[in-house]
Amino acid sequence: MKARSAVGLLAAGAALAGAIVFVRTKSQVEREHVDVYFADGSMVSLEAGSADGDRLLPLARRALASARG
Amino acid sequence: MDAAQALADLTEISAQIEAAVLADHDGSVVASTLDDEAAANAFAEAAAELLAAADEVRTEPGSDPLVQIEGAALDGSVFVAKDDRHLVAAVTKPRPTVGLVFYDLKTCLRMLEREEEAKAAKATETATRRRTTTKKKTEEAESESS
Repeated sequence: MKARSAVGLLAAGAALAGAIVFVRTKSQVEREHVDVYFADGSMVSLEAGSADGDRLLPLARRALASARG
Repeated sequence: MDAAQALADLTEISAQIEAAVLADHDGSVVASTLDDEAAANAFAEAAAELLAAADEVRTEPGSDPLVQIEGAALDGSVFVAKDDRHLVAAVTKPRPTVGLVFYDLKTCLRMLEREEEAKAAKATETATRRRTTTKKKTEEAESESS
């Protein structure tokens, strides 16, 4: 009985850890984006994976890298 | 206040900003917080290129122009804001307070614009005074000779 509880707890712990890793990885991937703001106050958010996002993100990364040397 | 002072104030008031550069729209550096000149040039050029590329996002006729942009990567963000003459670009750590950074960048541009307007007004005033003095001297010389 005790062994079963321990296995259950271990499985629950592993599932929780997996879920945390998944959510953190996903949120990191989603965080990469380019937001473009216009004079009328509107904004277009371009995520990685979209055509414009994939065109602009390398330029943003290059700007970051050049500023950091 | 000159461009370098405007940037120094920017990095002083905004703790989130690691480095910043002020440049013309073509990427020519006006002032920078970076000690390395080559890095400042590369940063300004990359920021100008990013702005130019982002300008193509909205191409409908009559649409409002782009004024600022944030590129958020995993290891940090790059911000670029522009006015009629200059652009100011800055890099921050990941997850910055976006609104505050843009506010500080625009304040920097406004301060520089005001300074340039004041300088231009002073130059015009000096030129006008010089012209008036020259005209007066010419008139005096003419009246003396006649």
